[in-house]
Amino acid sequence: MTEPLLTIRNLSVDYRIDTGRLQALRQINIDVPKGSIVGVVGESGCGKSTLISSIIRLLPHNASVSNGTIEFEGANLLDLSENEMRTMRGTRISIVFQDPMTSLNPVLSIEQQMTHIQYRDQRSTSDKLNKSLAMLESVGIADPRKRITQYPHEYSGGMLQRISIAMALQAQPSLLIADEPTTALDATLEVQIIHLLKDIQAEFGCSILFISHHLGVIAELCDYVVVMYAGEVVEQGTVRDVFHNPAHPYTQKLLECDPAGIQTKTRILPVIPGEIPDLVNLSGGCIFSSRCHCVLPDCETHIPQRREVTSGHSANCHLLSA
Amino acid sequence: MLLYIVKRTALGVVIVLLAVALLFCMIHLIPGDPARIILGPRATPELIAAMSVRLGLDLPFPVQIARFFANLLRGDLGMDVITNRPVVEIVLGQLPYTLWLIFLSIVFAGLIGIPLGCYSALHRNTLFDRISGFVSVSFITTPSFVVALYALLIFAVALKWFPAVGAGDKGDLLDQAVHLVLPVFSIGLAWVGYLARLVRASMLEVMQESHIRTARAFGLSERRVIYHYALKLAILPTVSVIGVGMGFLLSSALLTEIVFARPGIGKLIYDSVITRNYPVVMGSVLVSTILFVFSTTMSDLINAWLDPRTRKTL
Repeated sequence: MTEPLLTIRNLSVDYRIDTGRLQALRQINIDVPKGSIVGVVGESGCGKSTLISSIIRLLPHNASVSNGTIEFEGANLLDLSENEMRTMRGTRISIVFQDPMTSLNPVLSIEQQMTHIQYRDQRSTSDKLNKSLAMLESVGIADPRKRITQYPHEYSGGMLQRISIAMALQAQPSLLIADEPTTALDATLEVQIIHLLKDIQAEFGCSILFISHHLGVIAELCDYVVVMYAGEVVEQGTVRDVFHNPAHPYTQKLLECDPAGIQTKTRILPVIPGEIPDLVNLSGGCIFSSRCHCVLPDCETHIPQRREVTSGHSANCHLLSA
Repeated sequence: MLLYIVKRTALGVVIVLLAVALLFCMIHLIPGDPARIILGPRATPELIAAMSVRLGLDLPFPVQIARFFANLLRGDLGMDVITNRPVVEIVLGQLPYTLWLIFLSIVFAGLIGIPLGCYSALHRNTLFDRISGFVSVSFITTPSFVVALYALLIFAVALKWFPAVGAGDKGDLLDQAVHLVLPVFSIGLAWVGYLARLVRASMLEVMQESHIRTARAFGLSERRVIYHYALKLAILPTVSVIGVGMGFLLSSALLTEIVFARPGIGKLIYDSVITRNYPVVMGSVLVSTILFVFSTTMSDLINAWLDPRTRKTL
């Protein structure tokens, strides 16, 4: 692994809810090396969105970070003042959100929105416009001078996601977070956006933290993958290692369930039996033990520690120490 | 946008014409001979016949309605049967009093209600928000004439800060302004509460939307996120409500005008109904209708200007 850009250590985040303290993230460790694409995969409710909100410090009011550090370019983001954090957002760290149809303001034109986010620059308005036009051109918007005066509802979903990417990249951030950027798009557009992200990453040299629940996309785009389950990282490593040699039973099951990997004709898609455990009253053992197909006596009583499978490939499972 | 303005204005004109035609028919459906009612029970048949000719009641109905529209286009609303002055003159003489009263009431309500609603939404569930919610609902549920009576008793009779009755001397703007304070307060108070609740609700909704999170994720200042990105959306329902509200106030300002013995359209309609002065009733209702359509048209145009999505809906 090369020099890390983002290093998350022992991050835990809680939500205060009516029934108690919901431990949404527990002891998360993630590294994003400079210039790489790291995929985070997991089912809905596993804490992917909470992870992003923690990094950019836009957690809901009822959430709080109870433990851990988020080192980014030499500083712990959690220690920054609100103003210092605000200068990070949109310049050093940018985000492309899930649904482009709702993530842009409907009553402001693309030109206004793209100019507003350049408010830190001291350049003239026409310089800012030219920068916006150049960015739109680089993400493949045809005739940007005419289209930039239009409003979000006058664009298609795929176009809007291209614009979101252009907006996220205009300040040349060192980290781009993509929060399921293709989930709201159809399959053809998904491929286009993935290719665009790959090209952009090569051109701008930024790191990308790519959140998805689509295994195929992660395999196509990413260098490293982090598998999350119910608020914990269960396995991480290079895409090759994790996908070809999954060490954690959850990752194994997840790969078995990927419809793209099914070879024979079947009427019933494979599933992982059981449900996500209650994150308010945790059992004290392995979080996956209730759904796991190879439970050991330790699994129900001890939380498994992170163990290396091979260099750079690790999983949190008692099977590795057995 | 230009196309929308043209279409919306044309629609407004059509609505006014339909409303006027409906109004004319309704007046004619009222049982009883207007000439007989105007002249009283002891009028001779000759006098009634002469009055009918004067009012044009002897002509066939289609001719009457055609004449009415022709006169209307020339700005002629007929003659007041009691004072023999042109109705247009009477109505336009009273109109400014009501228009100022309504306009200033809404401005007063907007200046206090909108910031109050914003602040409550952004400080949700704080003590301030709860107090503001309680006070707002109390304002809404208190009828404006009750506020008017108490305002009169407290600020005019007991404290003598403001004059109690009338609209002030003609030509003396300061005096007229001082006479407007209590009526504006009485009408505007309920609207302060109403606008505060409305803005709070729409602001809370908008602040949940994902484009607000995007704006924050780009490091835009909280001031810009709230006043530029959120308020521009949250204000849309309020603009519509104010448009309709101004129309309603034309007639509901009546009670306040009576309490403060102010001239105005409301009082004019009231007085002319009591004296069965149908041309004046007709004229003032007509002007109210036009103003109602005008204010709703304006609010639609403002919304279209603020929100490009609505420009294509007509």
